[in-house]
Amino acid sequence: MSNRGGRHAGYGVYLIPGVLASLAVIVVPLVMTVGISFTRWSGIGSPPWIGFDNYTRLFHDANFWASFGHILLLILAMAVVPTLLGLLLAAVLFDYIAKIFGPRWASVFRSGFYLPQVLPVAVTGIVWGWILHPSYGALNRILDTVGLSSLSRNWLGDPKYALYSVMAVMIWFQLGYPIVMFMSGLQRIDPELYEAADLDGAGWWQRFRHITVYLIRPEFYVVLVTTTIAALKIFGQIFVLTRGGPSNATLVPSYFAYKNFFEKAQVGYGSAISTVLTVIIIVLAFVFLRLQTRDQRKGL
Amino acid sequence: MTKRYPARYIVLAVLIVLLLLTVAPLLVVALNAVKSPADYASNGPLSIPKSLHWSGIVDFWQRVDFSRKLLNSFITASVVAVLGVLLSVLNAYALGIGRVKGRVWFLVFFLVANLLPQEVLVYPLYYLSKSLHLYDSLLSIIIIFTVIQSAFGTYLLSSVYAEFPTELLDAAAVDGAGRWRTLWRVVVPVSGPTLAVLFTFFFIWTWNEFFLPLVFLISNANQTVPVALGVLQGDRQMDATTTSASALIGILPAMLFFLIFQRTLTRGITAGAIK
Repeated sequence: MSNRGGRHAGYGVYLIPGVLASLAVIVVPLVMTVGISFTRWSGIGSPPWIGFDNYTRLFHDANFWASFGHILLLILAMAVVPTLLGLLLAAVLFDYIAKIFGPRWASVFRSGFYLPQVLPVAVTGIVWGWILHPSYGALNRILDTVGLSSLSRNWLGDPKYALYSVMAVMIWFQLGYPIVMFMSGLQRIDPELYEAADLDGAGWWQRFRHITVYLIRPEFYVVLVTTTIAALKIFGQIFVLTRGGPSNATLVPSYFAYKNFFEKAQVGYGSAISTVLTVIIIVLAFVFLRLQTRDQRKGL
Repeated sequence: MTKRYPARYIVLAVLIVLLLLTVAPLLVVALNAVKSPADYASNGPLSIPKSLHWSGIVDFWQRVDFSRKLLNSFITASVVAVLGVLLSVLNAYALGIGRVKGRVWFLVFFLVANLLPQEVLVYPLYYLSKSLHLYDSLLSIIIIFTVIQSAFGTYLLSSVYAEFPTELLDAAAVDGAGRWRTLWRVVVPVSGPTLAVLFTFFFIWTWNEFFLPLVFLISNANQTVPVALGVLQGDRQMDATTTSASALIGILPAMLFFLIFQRTLTRGITAGAIK
C-alpha cells in the first residue's frame, strides 16, 4: 500500500471534487440528522438538547413497532418471495424454455417480467391504485362480472386488507429483478456441467438443486441483500397507494419519518426514526457481507 | 424427458399466464386511457373502447402542463447522468488506477453512502438548501442526485478500473502524456461501454426518483413527472378514465427509455468487462 512517488503519485487531486461534494451532500447532513435526533426541534430556531428522549419515546411508540412489523411482511413480499420465485423462473427459462423453445422465447419472458421495474414507482402506484379502487377499480369490476361480487373488497381502504394488497403489488413490481440477475449469472455456468448431469441420469429438479442453486450463490446474496434494503427504504408506493393508511395499517419507517419532518414539524423525532432505520440497514448489509465471504471460503 | 411432450407445453402455458398477469395491469390502463367516461360507465374496464377517445389524455396533459413536467424530468435526469458519470470517473481514476493512500476507507465510505436511506439526509438538505436559496429549484435536486448517484458509480467503476490494463497506461506515459491527458485520451475512451451503462442507470434512476423531488420541488413549475402524477393521485377531480390517462402518460416515457437503452445495456454488459 505504499504509494509514495513514481507510479501512484499525483492522483489525489482527482478526489477533491468528489470528497467536497460528498461532504456537503452526504457527510454533513448525516451528522446533522444524528445530532438533531438528540434534540426537540421543530425546524425553527435553536434545537433544545434532550438526550435520548426521542429514542425512549420511539421504543414506547406503537406506531414505530407497527411500521417495522409491516416492513417484515414487506421483506417477505419484496425480497424472499421474488428471490425464490425468480430463481425458479430463471432456471426454468434458462435450462428448459431456452433449450426446448429457443432463447428468443426466454428473452421475451425475461423482458416482460422486468417491465414493472422500469416504470417510475409513483406511476406503478397510480396503476394499482386505479385497479384496486373500491368504486371504479378494475379488480372489483372483474369480480362482479364473473359473479364473485362477494369477493369484492375495498382493497386499499380496509385495514384488514390494505397491507396484503400492497404486498401483492410489491411482488408484481419486484419479480423481474431477480430473474434478470439470475439469468445473467447462469451464463457463467459451463453447459458441460448440465450435460454431464444429464448423462448421469439427473432429472431437471436434481440439476436445479445441485448445480443451479449451488453455482448461483453469489448472485443470490446480492439479490437478497439489495431487495431487503429496498424493502426497508420503501416510500413511493406507500405514499401514492395508501399514505400509510388506513389508520396506519400500512405505515412504514420512511413514511413515518416523512410525516414527522414535514407534517408534524417534529424534526427531532423524525431524525431519531431515520437514524434507527439507517443503523439497521448498515448492520444488515455488513452481516450479509460477512456471511457471503464466509460462504465463499467454505465453497472453495 | 424428451418423450413427454405435454409437459413442456404445460410449463410454457404456466409461464404465459404469469407473463399476462404481469403485463395485464399496464394493458388495462392503456385500454381505459382512450375510452370515453360514458363508454367506461356502461361497459366497464375490460371492454374494447367503442372509439378512440383522446380527450382524456389531452385534457389531463394540459391541466398539469405535462410538457413542462417532461422537460423538468428530462433536464434533471440528463444533467445528473452526465455529471454523475464525470464525478464517478474522477473518483475511480484516483481510487482504481491511482490507488491513492487510504483507498480502502474511501471505498467503504462510498459503499455506506450507497446504503443510506434518503430520509437520513433529507431534513438537513432541506434546511441547507433553504438557507442557500436553492430550495424549490431543479438545481438543488441536480446537485443532490449527482452526488448520490456518483457514490454508486465510484464504487462500481473503481473495481473496473482496478483491472485496467497497465500496458495502456505505460504506453501513454512513454508518449509523454500526463495524468490529465491519460485520463481523457486513454482511460475514458477504453471504458466507454461501462460509462454508457452508468449513464443509462443514472438517467433512469433519476427520472424515476420520487422522495426527494417530492420534498424539494413544491411549485408546479418545477415538478418532475413522478411528483406531478404522485401528488394528484386521490385528487377528487380524477375519475377512472382520467386516472388511467395520467398513468399512461407516466408509463410511456419509461417504456421509451427501456426500448432505447436496452441495446446500450446489453452491449455495455457484454463489452463492459474490459480485460
